[in-house]
This record gives sequence, C-alpha cells and structure tokens, in this order.
Amino acid sequence: MGASETVDRSREYIVEKPMTFALVVVGAVLVLELFRQLLTGDITFARVINLVLDGILRGLVIGLAGIGLSMTYSILNFANFAHGDYITAGAFSGWSVTYIIAGGFGAEANIGSLALVGSGGSVFGGALGINAFDTPLAVVAGLITAGVFTIALALFLDKFVFKPIRDSGGIPLLITSIGVAFALRYLILFVFDSRTRGTTAAGSVPDLRLLFLDGTVVFTFHDLAVLVVAGGLMLGVHLLLQRTKLGKAMRAMSDNESLSRITGIPTERVIRSTWIIGGGLTGVAGFMLVLWKGTLSWNDGWLLLLLIFAAVILGGIGSIYGAIVGGLVIGVTASTAVIWIPSGFARAAAFAVMILVLVVRPQGIFSGRSTA
Amino acid sequence: MSDADDGGGYGQSVEEERAVVFGINFGNDSNMLLALLAGTFLLYLVGGLVIGLPFRGLMNQVGQLTFWIAVFAMSALALNLHWGYTGLFNIGIVGFMATGVYVAGIISKPVFGSGTSAAGVGGFGMPLIVGIVGGMAAAALLGLIAALPALRLRADYLAIVTIALSEIVRFSLLSDTLSGANVGGYRVGLGGGDGLILDYGDPLEIFVRTLSYPFDLVFGQSGWLWEELYINGVVGFISTYIPTNPKPVVDNFAYAAFLLVILGGFYVLITRIGSSPFGRVLKAVREDEDVTNALGKNTNMFKIKSFMVGCALMGLIGILWFGTQGSVTPNTFRPRITFYIWIALIIGGAGSNTGSVMGGAIFAAFLFQGPRYFKNIVETVLGNPSAPSSFGQAMLPLSSGDVLPMLLYTLDSIRALQLFLMGIVLIYLMHRRPEGLLGHRKEAAASIPLTRPVKSSDEDVATDGGESK
Repeated sequence: MGASETVDRSREYIVEKPMTFALVVVGAVLVLELFRQLLTGDITFARVINLVLDGILRGLVIGLAGIGLSMTYSILNFANFAHGDYITAGAFSGWSVTYIIAGGFGAEANIGSLALVGSGGSVFGGALGINAFDTPLAVVAGLITAGVFTIALALFLDKFVFKPIRDSGGIPLLITSIGVAFALRYLILFVFDSRTRGTTAAGSVPDLRLLFLDGTVVFTFHDLAVLVVAGGLMLGVHLLLQRTKLGKAMRAMSDNESLSRITGIPTERVIRSTWIIGGGLTGVAGFMLVLWKGTLSWNDGWLLLLLIFAAVILGGIGSIYGAIVGGLVIGVTASTAVIWIPSGFARAAAFAVMILVLVVRPQGIFSGRSTA
Repeated sequence: MSDADDGGGYGQSVEEERAVVFGINFGNDSNMLLALLAGTFLLYLVGGLVIGLPFRGLMNQVGQLTFWIAVFAMSALALNLHWGYTGLFNIGIVGFMATGVYVAGIISKPVFGSGTSAAGVGGFGMPLIVGIVGGMAAAALLGLIAALPALRLRADYLAIVTIALSEIVRFSLLSDTLSGANVGGYRVGLGGGDGLILDYGDPLEIFVRTLSYPFDLVFGQSGWLWEELYINGVVGFISTYIPTNPKPVVDNFAYAAFLLVILGGFYVLITRIGSSPFGRVLKAVREDEDVTNALGKNTNMFKIKSFMVGCALMGLIGILWFGTQGSVTPNTFRPRITFYIWIALIIGGAGSNTGSVMGGAIFAAFLFQGPRYFKNIVETVLGNPSAPSSFGQAMLPLSSGDVLPMLLYTLDSIRALQLFLMGIVLIYLMHRRPEGLLGHRKEAAASIPLTRPVKSSDEDVATDGGESK
C-alpha cells in the first residue's frame, strides 16, 4: 500500500464523514491541551483524578436514574418530563425517614420538623450527625423508603394520569408529564419550603486520602456508598433483565406492543414492572444523590433531569447499558469540563455533548430500542 | 362517554362549527373572545371594588392585566406558528426571548460611561429600533442553529434539544467569562449574574417620539406628540382623577394598549402566513411530512423557515415583555416561562389563532395574574393577617381542628400553588380536552373547501352517462 493511497483514503474519509472527523480533531486538541496544562503545572494530576472520580460518581447517580427513564421511554414511547421530580419526591420521602430515625423519633427535635426534613430551618442534618458511617440504620431505612415511596408514586401517577391517555401518542403524554412535573415540584415546595438544606454531617464522614504524584486524592465513605449501591443495583437489573422472562417480554414490548400482546405477553403487567423497577431505581438515585452531595432542595431533580435525558439519548433510548454508559460520559463531561472551559459552562458542555450526539449518531451509542 | 352521546365528541358535525362552550352559543369565535375579555375585566373591576381599591390601584391592575394578556397571547400565537401550524415541538421559547432582549439591550444601550453609572457594561449606543431588529435577527439565528440538527429528528428530540439550548443560553448569560469585554473599543458584555441594565430610555417615549416626526415638522417643536399630546394632554387629563404622580399609571396603560396593537399585528401576520401557499405547506408538513416530501416540497426548508420566523417573533416578544423593566437578569429566563406559554396555547387550542389569543387571555387572567389578585383581595378582606412561616407550623393547629392557619399558609404560598394548579390544569386538559377550546377547528391544509359539494335537488342523476344533455 503506497503512501498516496493512504492519503487518498483519509481524504475520502474526511469528505464522507466530516462531523466525525471534526469531533476527532476537537478531541485531539482537548487531549493536547490537557497535557500542556499538566506539563506546565497549571493543573495537578491529583486534581484531574479527583475531577474524574467526581464525574464517575455523579455519572453513576445519573445512570441509575436514567435506567428508569430509558425503560419508560422505550416501552411507553414517551419522554417523561416528570422523572426529575420523581427523584426529588424520592429524596424527600427518604430523608424524612432518615431524619426521624436519626432524630430518635422526636427525642432530639420536634417530630413534625424531622418529618418535614427541617423545613423552616428548624432542624439541621449536621446537628443530627447524619452520615452513612455513624447512622447506618437511618440511612438504609431512608434508602429503602425512598425506593418504595417512588414506586408507589410512579404506580399511582401511571394509574390515574398516564394510563387513561396512553393510546393518544407520545407528544400528548409528554405534555401531560410536564403538567405532572409542575404539580409535583410545587407541591413539594409548598410542603417542604424553598430552602436548600444541608442534610449530612459532612465533616465527620470518614475518608481515604491517597497521596498521588503531586497532591491528594480524596475518596469518602459516601463515595463508596454510591459506588456500592449504584453498582449493585445496576448488576441486579442486568441479571433481572437477562435471566428472567420479564426482560425478554420488555424487549418484545419495546419492539412491537401489539405483536407482543398477540403472542400472549401480559403487557399491562410488564408496564407495571417497568414502573416498579424504574421508580425504585429513581427514588434510590435521588436519595443517594442527596447523601453524596449533602444538600437537598426542592428543584434538585428538575435540575438533574436534562443531564439524565442527555445520558439516555447518548446511550440510546431503551438500553439500560446505554443509560449507564451515557450517565458516566455525561457525568465525567460535566465534572471535567472545568479543565478546559470556565466552570459556568460545565453543564452547558454536557448539553452540548448531547446535541452533538443527536447530530452525529441520533440512535445513540448502543443503538437503542432494546431493553437489555 | 357522556360527552360523545350529546354530540360533543370528535365528529365534524355542523353543530361543532359554532362557537359553543359550556352550552353557551357565542355565534362565532370573535364574539366569544370579546365576551371572555369583557367578562374578565368586569371580574377584575368588581374584585377591586370589593376590597375598596383606590382608582389608581384599580387602573394599575387593569393595565397590568392587559399587559399580561397581550404578552401571553402574542407568545401563544408565535408558538402556534411552530406547533399548531408546522408541528415543531419547541420547548425552548424562553431562550429565544432572552436572546432577543439581551441582544437588543447590548446594541441599544448607551456606550460605557455615558449611561447610568450603575451599569457595569455599556452597549453600542444605537437607536432602539436597530436593537429590536438585531434582537429578532439574533433569535432567528439561534433558531437556525437549533433547527439544523434537530429538524431531522423526532418531535420529542427537538423538544429536548430546544430546552437544552434555552438552558445553555441561560448559563451563558450567567457566566462570568462573557460578563464584559472590550469589543472594537466598546465595553460590552452580558453582565453575568447581575444582569444587564437596560438604560436605553423608556421604549414608550422613544416610540411616541418616533411617531411624532411628521407632527414636529408641522408644529415646529421636537417631540410634539410626546410633549403636548401625551404629557400635557393625556397625563394632564388623568391627573384630575389621580392627583399624585399620574404618569406611571398612564404609562402602564399606554404601553399595554401599544402591546394590544402589536398583538393585532401578530394575529394578522400569523393568519396571513397560515392562509398563504407557504402556510398550506406548513400545515401539510404537520399532517404528514412524508407525503409533502413526496409531492416535491423541500419540507426541511419549510420547517427551518417557519422555525426561524417564529423564533424572531419570540425574540420580539422578549424585548416587548422584559425590555421595559429597566433591567434583566439571567435567572428570569427559566424554563417555566416556556411552559406558561405552552399551557396558554393548549388552553386555547393548538392550530387556531383565535384560540391562541383566547388561551393567552385565559392563562393571564385566571392562572397567572388571577391567583395573586385573589390573594390580595382575600388578604385585604381578612385585614392582612400574618400567616405561619412553614407547613409544619400550619399543620400543628390542624390537629386541634383549627384550619385557619392552614388556609392562611395556603394563601401565603399562592405563588407556588398557582404553579401546582397550572400543572393540574395541564393534566386535566390533556385528559378531557386535548384539542383545547378552539383547536378542534384546525384550519385545513387545502385551499379549496373539503366538504362534499351540495347536490341541487332539481337536477336528475345522469344514469345514461349524460348523453341526453
């Protein structure tokens, strides 16, 4: 193979896939810029590692919440804009229980204030000494509550809001879900007030400080908790969908609902299972997000929703592996973007990645449309 | 099911063509709209009289209500061009509005140092009209950027792309990096989190003074229309009723009236677009894009054009809405404003221009401004009681049967609850009346009537193949 032939072929490639080529060039420039900053000492290796770690953990939460969104998107064929507020609802329900248990069922503070997660500044999570190491029981109980409550919420909303108009198409369902999002979010605001509260005793969380080349890499117990819970649940969902009939039925349904009903798949039961799995994971993701970042606010879920959409679209709608990988990519992008661009644009960068993927590969990395 | 039984279902019966809502026959849509507006203003006036609002407050309320009705009706019309006519699911409206008002502000603000001293950045000091055109052009350009990748995609992808874009716009406005820089000798920027001070002068005054040019030539006085007719004439007249500082009240009113005129322009423009050959292609794209494509229309071009026109209008609305408030901050432009406009459009009915205006009016009067006004009225009637500061404190007396604290807390949080209410209304509409008040009379894509031609009875059916004639 001569040199001219290689040149020809690469020229052909550039002409045929200009967008892909442009992306490769941009990627190379970014990597070179990172090396330059590392060599000139503008940024330390340890900081890069910390940012990547932060991104991976954020990505795990996004991926966990994204699995539910992706499943409902592919099986019920609509983009659920209320998903972000399921996260918030799950987080508030779980933290309400965590506060009550950590507060000794009213021993340390008024039980009403505890149940309202310290609304009006009456109780502070830090004062109750909440963290996953010192008060494991309260945290685990809250985690389970968050999952169960969100399942109940998802099933309730499906029965009374989405099911009656399920046949009217994706866009009416999408608009309805925006209505649900509004109603849920502002109901939460009405009950729990608009304050952002600190929920954990951040200072007393045990952590591991590793010396790495030119700095320290910090890994806290809450990081570990996110890793274990998210990783475990993802593995569980993988096994559930691979080893059971349910997974096969879901794949069939997302391909063709009428056909699967004809072949005897109990579609209604599959839809219910979808909401149960998706809702449970979403609620847990909400609880873990709050445990990890240590603050809770009424629009946390809504702010995360677009990143979750980005992850799901990136991975390919319907694919749970896509949601996980997409979540990791989006999380790492949002966290490490500060290396190259001003921090105000970190989230914008994640959205830009999503728009780029829609342009270059609208079907997503994992090509979508298969729940497994 | 009972709906279908009494003829209120989806059938295109003759009965459906009349403007009948809640059993009241209005003759036609315009009458219905007028009746609605008259009823709304009457309700507001009666509410104001109940709490004994002074004349000034009453006029302020009416002026504000008119402003909101005009703004939401205009926005719903622009959205109707996207969604009702072309079927483009745009939920990034607020991003285009922000672009419009920010670009207009930067172009028209006085040069740094010559405006208000509080302004952190200056502008290019151009006339406001240049700023408005520039703002609209920028919004249209942003629309083009959004449309190019997204139009190839499904409606729900376009939705996600547009909402992400509107958030990218907001982050950019918030960013410190773009907050101020020297461009060609001018110190300009987006102002970051502090926002932008719009010190280009009162748009109303600028507009009236511009209108005044022919009069100035006749009377030989600069700004005659503003100085003589407006300040001395109208404001002077009103000052007999509102002795102290009447100008802001009159300004509010005049600006709202000005917006109503623009709303009329919007209505005519969108209706003209809808009935033009261009509009017929848009409606065809909405009904079936593949067929339109197969008939030789470059549907992508049509969609991009329609999207850009709508975005330019949204940019203009952004300027008219936010450009008079003296300053803008990035966090005003949160996605919830987009959803306000969607709710307005869905109430009225996508695909109908009269419906869009009606939806905007209903939303502004009853979902947006109504609950706040209602709160004022009730609080005044109750003598401004102090409400509990949190839900917990409101719950406690409930156990002993005292519901008053809970009611007061509910009233006090009406701004949160009205959004809750909007969500519920949206769900209810999608369940019970997804076509909106007037959307079931979508304008057909064809230029000729699609009804079966009426056969005249005196003509025999030509059984012999028409040979005898």
